[in-house]
Amino acid sequence: MSDVLDLLLAAPFWASVLRTATPLILGTLGVLLCERAGVLNLGIEGIMVAGAFVGWLAAYHGAGLWGGVLAAAAVGAVFGALHALLTVTLSLSQHVSGLGITLLATGLASFAYRVSFPKVDSPPTIQPFAAMGWLPIPVLGAQTPMTLLALLMVPALAWGLYRTPLGLALRMVGENPAAAEGQGLDVLRLRAGAVIAGSALMGVAGAFLTLSAFNAFYFNMVNGRGWVCVALVVFASWRPGKALLGALLFAFFDALQLRLQQASGAAEAAQAWLGFVPPYQLYLALPYAMAIVALVLVARRAAYPQALMKPYRKGER
Amino acid sequence: MTEPVLQFSGITKRFGALVANDAISLTLARGEVLALLGENGAGKSTLVSILFGHYRADAGTITVDGRPLPPGNPSAALAAGIGMVHQHFSLADNLSVLDNVMLGTEPLWQPFSRRAAARAALQDTAQRFGLQVNADSRIKDLSVGERQRVEILKALLPFGRRRGARVLILDEPTAVLTPQESESLFATLSQLVAQGLSVIFISHKLDEVLRVSHRIAVLRAGKLVAEMPAAGASKAMLAQAMVGRDVPRVVRVPTPAGAAALAQTPVCELRKLSVRGAGPWPQLDGVNLALRPGEVVAIAGVAGNGQQALADLLHGLIAADAGSVTLAGRAMPATPRDWIAAGVARIPEDRHAVGVVGDLPLWENAVLERYASPAFARGGLIKRGVVTAFAQRLVERYDVRGTEGAGLATPTRALSGGNMQKLILGRVLMTGPQLGRSAGNTEAGDADATSAPLLIVANQPTWGLDVGAVAYVHAQLLAACAAGAALLLISEDLDEVFALADRIAVMHHGRLTPARPVADWTLAAIGLAMAGVAASSELADAA
Amino acid sequence: MLLGAPLLAVVATLLISSLLVVWAGAPVGQAYALLLEGGFGSRFAWTETLTRATPLILTGLAAAVAFKARLYNIGGEGQLYAGAIAAVAVGGLHGGAGFSAPTWVLFPLMMLAAATAGALLLLGPALLKSRLGVDEVVTTLLLNFIVLLGVSALLDGPMKDASAMGWPQSVAIADRLQLSQLVERGRVHTGLLWALALAPVLWALLAFTTTGFEIRAVGANARAAGFAGMPVAWVTVKVALLSGALAGLAGAIEVAGRAGYVTLDMSPGYGSSGVVIAMLAALNPLGVVAAAVFVAGILVGADSMSRAVGVPTYIADVIVAVSLITMLIATLLTQYRIRFDRS
Repeated sequence: MSDVLDLLLAAPFWASVLRTATPLILGTLGVLLCERAGVLNLGIEGIMVAGAFVGWLAAYHGAGLWGGVLAAAAVGAVFGALHALLTVTLSLSQHVSGLGITLLATGLASFAYRVSFPKVDSPPTIQPFAAMGWLPIPVLGAQTPMTLLALLMVPALAWGLYRTPLGLALRMVGENPAAAEGQGLDVLRLRAGAVIAGSALMGVAGAFLTLSAFNAFYFNMVNGRGWVCVALVVFASWRPGKALLGALLFAFFDALQLRLQQASGAAEAAQAWLGFVPPYQLYLALPYAMAIVALVLVARRAAYPQALMKPYRKGER
Repeated sequence: MTEPVLQFSGITKRFGALVANDAISLTLARGEVLALLGENGAGKSTLVSILFGHYRADAGTITVDGRPLPPGNPSAALAAGIGMVHQHFSLADNLSVLDNVMLGTEPLWQPFSRRAAARAALQDTAQRFGLQVNADSRIKDLSVGERQRVEILKALLPFGRRRGARVLILDEPTAVLTPQESESLFATLSQLVAQGLSVIFISHKLDEVLRVSHRIAVLRAGKLVAEMPAAGASKAMLAQAMVGRDVPRVVRVPTPAGAAALAQTPVCELRKLSVRGAGPWPQLDGVNLALRPGEVVAIAGVAGNGQQALADLLHGLIAADAGSVTLAGRAMPATPRDWIAAGVARIPEDRHAVGVVGDLPLWENAVLERYASPAFARGGLIKRGVVTAFAQRLVERYDVRGTEGAGLATPTRALSGGNMQKLILGRVLMTGPQLGRSAGNTEAGDADATSAPLLIVANQPTWGLDVGAVAYVHAQLLAACAAGAALLLISEDLDEVFALADRIAVMHHGRLTPARPVADWTLAAIGLAMAGVAASSELADAA
Repeated sequence: MLLGAPLLAVVATLLISSLLVVWAGAPVGQAYALLLEGGFGSRFAWTETLTRATPLILTGLAAAVAFKARLYNIGGEGQLYAGAIAAVAVGGLHGGAGFSAPTWVLFPLMMLAAATAGALLLLGPALLKSRLGVDEVVTTLLLNFIVLLGVSALLDGPMKDASAMGWPQSVAIADRLQLSQLVERGRVHTGLLWALALAPVLWALLAFTTTGFEIRAVGANARAAGFAGMPVAWVTVKVALLSGALAGLAGAIEVAGRAGYVTLDMSPGYGSSGVVIAMLAALNPLGVVAAAVFVAGILVGADSMSRAVGVPTYIADVIVAVSLITMLIATLLTQYRIRFDRS
């Protein structure tokens, strides 16, 4: 038991929590932006893959690490534009379009990888972001600049949503688009813009994996993080601050289960408490299960943006 | 003589064959409250929509302070200082009051919202007009009266790009308010006028109109039929102007069934029926009604006074909170299936969204309610041949048109409103023998024997239909009554009410007047009852 | 003009995908020829394609039926694995203590267990949706990961095949329970016949039965369906059970027709592909067969094309995704044409 306490108080543990949370923060903020404007974007899983790949590729070809981040954002924006075209302009099913884009983006990224590196067994590595040793703060100093970016994104997005006219217009478009149009705002353009910007964030979330957490692109590296972000947005009640909290909570349990698996005495403790030794897969499944539980808990009280998933046709009153 | 602040000149607007506004000319002076009176469909909403650029007039012009208003442009009206509070609020429930009033006041590319300044301006405006409001409350936490205040403030607030309205249009503002909240509103109106604003007050409530306005304009069937100063006008005058003296009254020839009806035992009885609902007053408040075979009882009244709750209840969708409803002596559970099985023919108000499944073909919608009955299905399999034959007979008997191309496989959403309604009629009226009512010459199991249903509950059955379709629907309903069905007709169309009813009851704020024979009602009396005025004393004046 | 939209979509897809072929440095014409030949050009190609198509038809049907009622079941992958594990549990020799029952009892029991496992797995999200309004897309998606981890745990533990030299695979089902080969020198098995039989059955269910009518009405307009007396919540449950069962069956049939045991990589995304196939087929059960064969052919053809001219196999995913998107747009365009004509 004291093992566990030691664990919880150790800086490296919290450093890994923050590291695990970074792509979730960025991805959740991206989904949040889209859904606040009324559009469900299930393309996130694919866009994260594409962002991971393009970011890494750009860095590999000499664009530098931040060049990679920009490239990932651009690729995310492009897929976002496609999703916006299908769902906002053409009013097609948001579910179908999003899932189609996940498949497309994942397929394209994998294809491009194979074309770029046809004969390699393991992907060429890059020099990822270095930890910010110059920062005197304990846990934060062990992070890379991308984590700092993610953390700064939270108040930036909050400020954007709640303290600018554009943010207000965006929120209104997701709640009562007819009211927005009544004030002379262009609902379709606002929605498309939100989807494109949100998708850019999703691309950056993917790039974190290849430019910071790891140093190369592997297949299956996103591994469902995109879907977790979709669940986290509901848990966060569509608020950036709570999105940060949700991401940290999820990352906490994710990091915890890894440590618990590895901790000496864990198996014996589990045997004593539960009567059997849980397989490691149980630990891995816990975070996903928690995401579902979180969704169920907030379901009744969920204050969905009222126009979410309702396509809007100009002049509809 | 100062220039009028707003002037409509010869505004005309047609929607197909319907003339919604017919050469309407009106002026509004500064510091004046003008009431715009008229029934549903009289043309008030159209006129205002034209003002706000949601429609373009076919003829005529509008000038504000002497300057012509560019048509078809919502921003133009706002920029010219005209504000509107709709009946259905344009607010986002999840956002705060401040958010809602600030929308559209600042350019989108401005990097910083001047919230503190807006808050101060809001407080200032609120105090000027005596409207108390908390800038940080979420709309969903506010009462209806408070939400309306927010809408008014939204229009009046001078901030950013908005000048603040100098002409305020209120569309049925007291429709959803409690008496106390209405009082607050009237006080606000006085404040507005004292500050030099002008108000157009759209309403059908005669009391309020007389109390609050300086002048009254009455619209009927798209035309301006009367204009008078409020002083010296009486409710009776207004009621008469609203419903019209010269509407040709189709007097219903009393049928033997209708005349004898009062002697029979009721088919359906509502006793002290109450449904609470979520609004300021109960949706249904102690409603008593008895429906007898062969008779037509019409419920008149302005929309939103409880008709929907009554219809939902008798359609089997909701249950009462108090009181009872019995059908042929049995208490009824709140499931549509039970009501259908008991022989109730239900015609919903919204035929597109609730009456039919638009994407399914016509023949499937013909059996939407009774697909599982032994006549149409056996062992879980739908007897296609039987069903399509039934649908074919329905289409022929009820003259459903629009099936030229694909025939019975036509997707139902492709039908015109009238034909859709005929389909619904056929679906509910072509029923087999019911509850021991022998139909004479029918074979056992004949799916569409012409015995009538026990009870027909029709909610606005001819809304949005052309004259021919209206006549058809009426003929079918009366034929069913002649065959013994009881008909409860809920309608906002007084012509229809007078054309069909044996007895009329009027609904107001959830309460139902006693259902009196049509001969006992005058137009004026109905108008007053619709406005919630107590019957006896006023009737004496009006008659 | 039934074929108008799909045809338009296929043409657009081929044009867009040819860009990828060019990028990979292969000659477009030859590449496409190889693709078609690899998927459909020989007897062997057809056996491969049909083998792949077998589970795809079933997962496609599972998704189609659910989507028809607006229940977005994206959990086909998890339901498939659940069915596979259940089949092996019933049909496999379990650590020596096998079931001794005749084949004609055990085989249907095995299939039933698989169907039940899949059905129960979808029931949870369906109930959460209809009672609490929890979005079923996310819950079914997350369940996929959980189920796969569960299967992995079972394969490491209770259901491990001890004789498989440390490789994580399950015990095998008894030989007599395996599905027989359909033709010589090909992997296609009688499971294909089951799948091909189920498609028209489902089509008939939707078109001719009262349940099918309810499913279609609730999916098209739940409010009107409820007004007309249909039991909307109960219909949703029925659909969930049916859809999950089909996906579970896909798993069982895949096990019984191919290896006979479960491994973690036995399904290269069949469940998820089922969703795309259903959407491609515009939710029509008979169309699902065509779409499944199309997708299977593309996947198989892409393999052989890859070996020959070095175009990565992932082009198959792109082709399928692009055809889905172009199909959506093409359907919209053809619908609009109809509307313009009428006005």
